[in-house]
Amino acid sequence: MSETATLNIDRSVGDFSYPEQHKFDAGTGLTRDTVNYISDVKSDPDWVRDFRLKALDVFESKPLPTHWASRDLEAIHFDKIRYYLSSGQRSSTSWDDVPDDVKRTFERLGIPEQERRFLAGVEAQFDSEAVYSNIKKAVGEQGVIFVGSTEGLKEHPEIFRKWFGKVIPTGDNKFSALNSAVFSGGSFIYVPPGVKVKHPLQAYFRINAENFGQFERTLIIADEGSELMYMEGCTAPKFNTATLHSAVVELVAMPGAKIQYVTVQNWSSNVFNLVTKRGLAHEEAEIKWIDCNIGSRLTMKYPGVVMKGRKARGEVLSIALAGDGQHQDTGAKMIHAADETTSNIISKSISVGKGRATYRGLVHVPKHLKNCKNNTECDALLINSSSRTDTYPAITVRGTGNAVQHEASVSQVSAEQIFYMMQRGLTEGQAMSLSVNGFVNDLVRQFPMEYSVELKRLIDLEMEGSVG
Amino acid sequence: MSTGIVSMEERNRLNNDEAALIVMSGPDALENHAFADWFRQLQFDGWESFRDLPMPARTDEAWRFASVKALDISGYTHPQSVPEAAADELRARSVGIAEVSGRMIFANDHLLQREVLSDDLRQAGVIFEPIEKAITEHAEIFREHFMTQDVVLGSQKFAALHKAWVKSGTFLYIPRNLEVRLPIEVFHWLHGSGTSTFPHTLIIAGENSKVTLIDHFESADPGAPGFSCGVNDLFLEQGAQLTYVNVQNWSREVLALQINSTVVGRDASAISMNLNLGASYARTESVSRLVGEGGRSDMLAVSVAERDQEFDQRTLQDHQRPNTASDLLYKNSLDDKARTIFAGLIRVEPNAHKTDAYQKVRNLLLSDEAEANSMPGLEILADEVRCTHGATSGQIDEEELFYMLSRGLTKQVAQKLIVFGFLNEVIGRIGNAAVEERLATLLRAKFSASV
Repeated sequence: MSETATLNIDRSVGDFSYPEQHKFDAGTGLTRDTVNYISDVKSDPDWVRDFRLKALDVFESKPLPTHWASRDLEAIHFDKIRYYLSSGQRSSTSWDDVPDDVKRTFERLGIPEQERRFLAGVEAQFDSEAVYSNIKKAVGEQGVIFVGSTEGLKEHPEIFRKWFGKVIPTGDNKFSALNSAVFSGGSFIYVPPGVKVKHPLQAYFRINAENFGQFERTLIIADEGSELMYMEGCTAPKFNTATLHSAVVELVAMPGAKIQYVTVQNWSSNVFNLVTKRGLAHEEAEIKWIDCNIGSRLTMKYPGVVMKGRKARGEVLSIALAGDGQHQDTGAKMIHAADETTSNIISKSISVGKGRATYRGLVHVPKHLKNCKNNTECDALLINSSSRTDTYPAITVRGTGNAVQHEASVSQVSAEQIFYMMQRGLTEGQAMSLSVNGFVNDLVRQFPMEYSVELKRLIDLEMEGSVG
Repeated sequence: MSTGIVSMEERNRLNNDEAALIVMSGPDALENHAFADWFRQLQFDGWESFRDLPMPARTDEAWRFASVKALDISGYTHPQSVPEAAADELRARSVGIAEVSGRMIFANDHLLQREVLSDDLRQAGVIFEPIEKAITEHAEIFREHFMTQDVVLGSQKFAALHKAWVKSGTFLYIPRNLEVRLPIEVFHWLHGSGTSTFPHTLIIAGENSKVTLIDHFESADPGAPGFSCGVNDLFLEQGAQLTYVNVQNWSREVLALQINSTVVGRDASAISMNLNLGASYARTESVSRLVGEGGRSDMLAVSVAERDQEFDQRTLQDHQRPNTASDLLYKNSLDDKARTIFAGLIRVEPNAHKTDAYQKVRNLLLSDEAEANSMPGLEILADEVRCTHGATSGQIDEEELFYMLSRGLTKQVAQKLIVFGFLNEVIGRIGNAAVEERLATLLRAKFSASV
């Protein structure tokens, strides 16, 4: 295959930026002063300020996890990053209030007008503050709270404080600690008992300033028997120096609730995307992560579900595309903490050129549990001879009555297949694109329709634009 | 879990008897070894590496999930030769398979007996000698192969310790084109309480040769604590076929570390099998390096873990050349509070195209307190490969059990039959009926002992 496919992903497709004016700027580097400055600007309540300062200590005390993770992390210069930047805007409630240059950015991202109408609400984050928030009237009337995290912690402290930092404690890892110290932006969603939110809630964010890290914090609580789908997608303009994106997303599904969280990650290839995502599923609740990683220089992201209640269910569906110079280090964590809990992980990765895709998984079934089940499938596709893929699962099972299985395979696009398609008149790029789409198709089919279309478009873009 | 360490009083007594202690006595004790200068130098180097390298910590990726606190080795004594009466008894107890080509029996790293029983072995060119003899009589080829393979799976410190203290073991060289029809059998006995042993096996299978060797590791006293730190190095030259079986049947109080390396040359084929029955904590690191095109390595293991036993197995299938194949199958049955750890990696080096690698670990959990940890890994740096791995953890199929109960078997017997069948499938892949029957017998013995 190495002769037939020399793919060079054209990254300039997503390259665009507009001049920004920032009303507040915390400068570069991270000290107690930076954290206090952020708290001042955001008029944080005292408990949030304390939370941030404690998190800063934890961040400083933790070493980089390079004993297992990529040494590329050492290329992050924490003292050269801007930890807070805001256009100073309050969240807008109507499309008309959104600044024109932000609108242009969204147009370039290709969100069609009708899709905007179709979607229940668009929570768009421009740099670190939510600038646009359009919640469909009906959703608001159902009692659903859909606001920025800053607004959430101020206006709904009774719900916010109860769960904030509980699913992912500050000290979970170095980057969750970093986020806890400097977070801004992100969403807070509360769905009342029994409410089924028909249309997905959606957020697009963008990084748009050089050396500017984005540290959004999302907390979603689905109360008993409620249902919600949340979508998150992002692309960033290309810069010369590395930028850091380090989000924390916490989901809480109360008994019988269902949450689906969909991500299409398409940061430009200079971004370090180090994200902690975890959900807590109570009795008979269901949390499903759908995670697509296409962009970034290094992504480290292992969405997890802690199945705390009987019959809770966790699922991770993951697609990663690693092009030249990219390392997609993704995976899943499934913690079974109650009887009859079930989890499913399906991961598909594609490595192109010198790209490297890594699957890291954790499945934990501690003692005295009955009838827990996990199924894990990891498939990797290698496109070129210099492509790389790794699989590092860790599975712990205690006791009888549980069934856990893990399978992984590595293969490549068959030269015969490509040859056959080219005989039928397809270009090499089209043939390759078709093969790759075929490889991920059974997984993409399980995605929400809007996203499967967008994802297919992204894969076409990555594969077709690259074969000569 | 029991660490197999001698009591405090015993340790204090040993501290006063300096020459008897491994860790405390340092290189002084090496002065007593009557080896050639070059070998003694290796041993001093080994000692220095051992001293300089850190003890494993639980945060080391190579020791993830392992009970590293079990690794306290400070109290074990140097292996001393056994009294003649005991030696006679151990010779009599060294019963393996009926027909063998050759046999060696060691007790506490001292050779008790060496037999060459077949014409195959008597043929010109076969070397089947204890290491101390190989060092002087076959220095060149021995030196060329002795502990030359990097230890990469975590036990660098213990490999260095082995190098410092190794006294004896097996050196087997099969010349080209010779097929040794019957297996060769080696017994390593641990005698006395709190004794250490450093068993060593070095096999060089010459071009197109064929041979099978079984190492038996046994304790004279089934209740005696001890420490084993073994190394085995297998080299397969072009077209060679080697089957190596390691039967770990130490007493339940032994702490055992075993470092295995197999180097598979062009078109050569290795089958290695580890049977884990004894020890309180046994860690086995097995590396297969496929260094010639067309090479193949089958890595097999069966572990019967019960009570508070911990079996920790780490593997590497290192594909360095194109068109190589490896197939790993490890099965564990876990009862009581037993723990197992499996961490395996298939590594396909850049340009090792057309690699065909397979890795499967299966855990059968028989109690609510047993814990199985699996870390099957892949690192693929080439394309046109076929690499698959799988890990399963489950329990006895209720329907299967129900069927056997309905045929009048008691639950206990039915369970044992099912577990035996589960494990025996691996043994069936060795491809030598006599060896397979011997291993099945040992398996059954462990099951009947646990009633």
